[in-house]
Amino acid sequence: MLDYVIKRLIQVVVVVLLALTVVFFLIRLSGDPTALFLPPDAPREQIEEFREKLGFNRPLHIQYGEFMVNAVQGDFGQSLRSREDALPIVLDRLPATFQLAISSLLLSLLIAIPLGVLSAFKRNSVFDRISVAFTVLGQAVPSFWLGLLLIYFFAAQLHILPSGGAGSVVHLILPMITLAAYSVARFTRFTRSTMLDVLRKDYIRTAKASGVPTFRLVGRYALKNSLIPIITLVALDLGTLLGGAVITEVVFAWPGIGRLLMQSLMNRDFPIVLAGVFIIALIYAVINFVADLLYAYVNPQIRVK
Amino acid sequence: MTVNFPKVPHAANTQPLKSKKQSAVAAFFSNLMRSWTGMLGFLIIVLLLFISIFGQWIVPYDPLLADFGKKLLPPMTDGHLLGTDQLGRDIFSRIILGARISVIIGVTTVLIAGTFGTIVGIISGYFRGWIDVILMRIVDVQLSFPFILLVLVINAIIGTGLRNIIISLAIGGWVIFARVIRSEVLALREKEFIIASVATGVSRIGILFKHILPNLFTPIIILSSLQIGTYIIAEASVSFLGFGVQPPEPAWGNMLNEGKDYIFSSWWLITFPGIAIMFTALGVNLFGDWLRDTLDPELKGE
Amino acid sequence: MLEKILQVNDLRIQFKSGKETVQPIRGVNFHVNRGETLGIVGESGCGKSVTSLSVMGLLPVKSSKIVSGEILFNNRDISRLNEKEFRKLRGNEISMIFQEPMTSLNPVFTIGEQLSEPLRQHKKMSKSETRKTIITVLKQVGLPRAEQIIDEYPHQLSGGMRQRVMISLALLCQPKLMIADEPTTALDVTIQAQILELLKDIKTKNDMSLMLITHDLSVVAEMCDRVVVMYAGEVVEEAEVNELFDRPLHPYTQGLMKSLPSNNERKSTLFSIQGQVPKPSEIKEGCVFANRCPFAFEKCLAETPPAFKKGEHISKCWLQEPALEEVKHSGEPSIVIS
Repeated sequence: MLDYVIKRLIQVVVVVLLALTVVFFLIRLSGDPTALFLPPDAPREQIEEFREKLGFNRPLHIQYGEFMVNAVQGDFGQSLRSREDALPIVLDRLPATFQLAISSLLLSLLIAIPLGVLSAFKRNSVFDRISVAFTVLGQAVPSFWLGLLLIYFFAAQLHILPSGGAGSVVHLILPMITLAAYSVARFTRFTRSTMLDVLRKDYIRTAKASGVPTFRLVGRYALKNSLIPIITLVALDLGTLLGGAVITEVVFAWPGIGRLLMQSLMNRDFPIVLAGVFIIALIYAVINFVADLLYAYVNPQIRVK
Repeated sequence: MTVNFPKVPHAANTQPLKSKKQSAVAAFFSNLMRSWTGMLGFLIIVLLLFISIFGQWIVPYDPLLADFGKKLLPPMTDGHLLGTDQLGRDIFSRIILGARISVIIGVTTVLIAGTFGTIVGIISGYFRGWIDVILMRIVDVQLSFPFILLVLVINAIIGTGLRNIIISLAIGGWVIFARVIRSEVLALREKEFIIASVATGVSRIGILFKHILPNLFTPIIILSSLQIGTYIIAEASVSFLGFGVQPPEPAWGNMLNEGKDYIFSSWWLITFPGIAIMFTALGVNLFGDWLRDTLDPELKGE
Repeated sequence: MLEKILQVNDLRIQFKSGKETVQPIRGVNFHVNRGETLGIVGESGCGKSVTSLSVMGLLPVKSSKIVSGEILFNNRDISRLNEKEFRKLRGNEISMIFQEPMTSLNPVFTIGEQLSEPLRQHKKMSKSETRKTIITVLKQVGLPRAEQIIDEYPHQLSGGMRQRVMISLALLCQPKLMIADEPTTALDVTIQAQILELLKDIKTKNDMSLMLITHDLSVVAEMCDRVVVMYAGEVVEEAEVNELFDRPLHPYTQGLMKSLPSNNERKSTLFSIQGQVPKPSEIKEGCVFANRCPFAFEKCLAETPPAFKKGEHISKCWLQEPALEEVKHSGEPSIVIS
């Protein structure tokens, strides 16, 4: 077990370093950003001076080596705009993103698992059909559009919720629903199909033959069996959730990492982009790592070894 | 449970081998008729293809023509079915032409990402060894970064426009193909008929072309049909964020981006392009699901 | 007269799939006496598993239906009980052992958690009592280290051990009737014998009846008091075990016996019954075995044979019609094929 944990931790590090490498080279190969900060008719000396100062004139591999050494120490340079250290700017935005992502995840699990279980249990009933139709539609609605629709109805028409910004629970409601919608559809559908699968298993028949009542059969036995694949899917989907968070943050002007990353990409403020990529890759890798541990915990075939 | 239900005869099996091609097409449609969701998906796709090919002849107005005298007209006024946008351009016409952009991006990306990913998957799965280890490590690393973010970052760095968004999507998308095709190839390698061919002395390349490639057709078709939807939504998202396809090109994503500034006054700007995206995604998803369930019953469900 | 613990009378079960319906069980009659072992023999698909599931009330609710007939358990018709009433019987008065010990135990719960379920449902017991009972039963089925196994997961046990766990699960509430559906088919040959021995043993010790479903005639010979032979959803022959092996009356039973590889002689080819079992949807008028029967004559194709009784020996074959018997006796001995 310890071997496994160590192996996975090394993987986390490798993933993060490689993500940084790729983005670093992409940025450097697409040209240096000095042109953006100086007027187009700036004298050559001024450009050179600027490049000198930011280190863009040295050989690529030296820049890369220096960048990586600094990056591991948390130094991604200064924002090209605000002249502040990049990493703290990104970390400042972290709580807002977490708040949005975690509340959405909880909301979607809270809705999706009972809905999927009930749907599987009442297969082919009216309830099941409506829930399936809802999941199919839910997976086709792009989150940013749903966000716009919610703003239109709740902010522009009904005036009961703010259209954007942060600061209170009220501000969280619309972004949270927007981000959760896709996951609700996907998790419900998956829970339903997994549950149907499990309910067909021999060991469920055994439990039935022991006289276990239906409610207990579904709620205790089948659900625990279904949790293993569900956890796997949720972990895989956290990436989509993080990606969706970026878009949702932009739609609702939510001050998280996603919005910061977007603005920095627009401004070609690369130290911040790199720090943002670093943090996102790190979060994602760590989440996957935790999901693996959780998976092992639920599945005794892995745990007891 | 050992209860045997009577099996519905498979359409393809019951037909005599008169014309193989003809009966395959017939089987396809008779299968499709049995699933109304598959049929709906198919019809949406046919409609989408139709308007993306013939769109330029059926649009009532020039989608790029601004007319400030007629800006922000609500739907059904002055001959504008879905109204006009902030520059007085006809929204209906823009949505029709936007279909073409979506289709081009979806199809081209699948072709590029699919070809590249399939080649990598075959090399990895068939030849194994160190090259497999390296390729799969790359795939793992890339898969551990959110797809949409990757596309966004790449697109922002290499630049916007139709060509670059296709490149960005393809860079983000090939790994899925590589991963799936590799596992298919690995499974095929263990099949009896392949082992039998090896035993009878058929060369490795011979087996690859004769036995492996034809058997990859089904998974590639299934995966491609499901991925197209993902690419179309991803493009719309990236364009919505201001990268991807740039105005004045009428991509659905950037129409929503422009329209969101008028959300408090003109609801139609953000409504219709979104409906178009939703229906496209719905059609592709329904058809893809049906295709998967029909061609590969073992994958049924998820 | 022996006390009958289970009586199945003219049972008909219908399955629905889409718009099509089939009847995999068509007019099945048999009974289980108290304290005896009844064997139900037949090829796969003959309806023996469906029959046993109907006794347990485990048929799929939506797609299947008991069309007619009754299932009397302790002289009470249980064929139309609702789910809640059936639950009081399951695992309590009637219990069942399934074919696949590898998949019949839940992989994410310990043996103890799974075994406590019937006790929890049917008996009022404290936690420590439950645990004590489980350990006693685990020991009774011959599992070593019962105190540890109770806290282990199924994947830590071998196939034979898992089947012993399954047996102890079925045994916990001391049922009056235990149904064993191919309990040894999935196991190694050496373990098969041990499990059969165990079943025999616990049957006597716990004073219960055993309904043993199998396709294996040697298991029948070893274990059973009486035998019911099923073919294509019908009982074609029923007899006391020695009687059946000595004087099989139905051509299908005769065929089954002949296809047994014998220990005494080495034949160059094994006998097999020609043709295929008809699918439930293909069954027409007449005897179900007629299309494969070497003795079939016109009447067999036209009319369904009733059950002819010769004392306790019952068979559904026109050859056993008393009128025909006379003809047969005047001619040569008939049912010896070679």
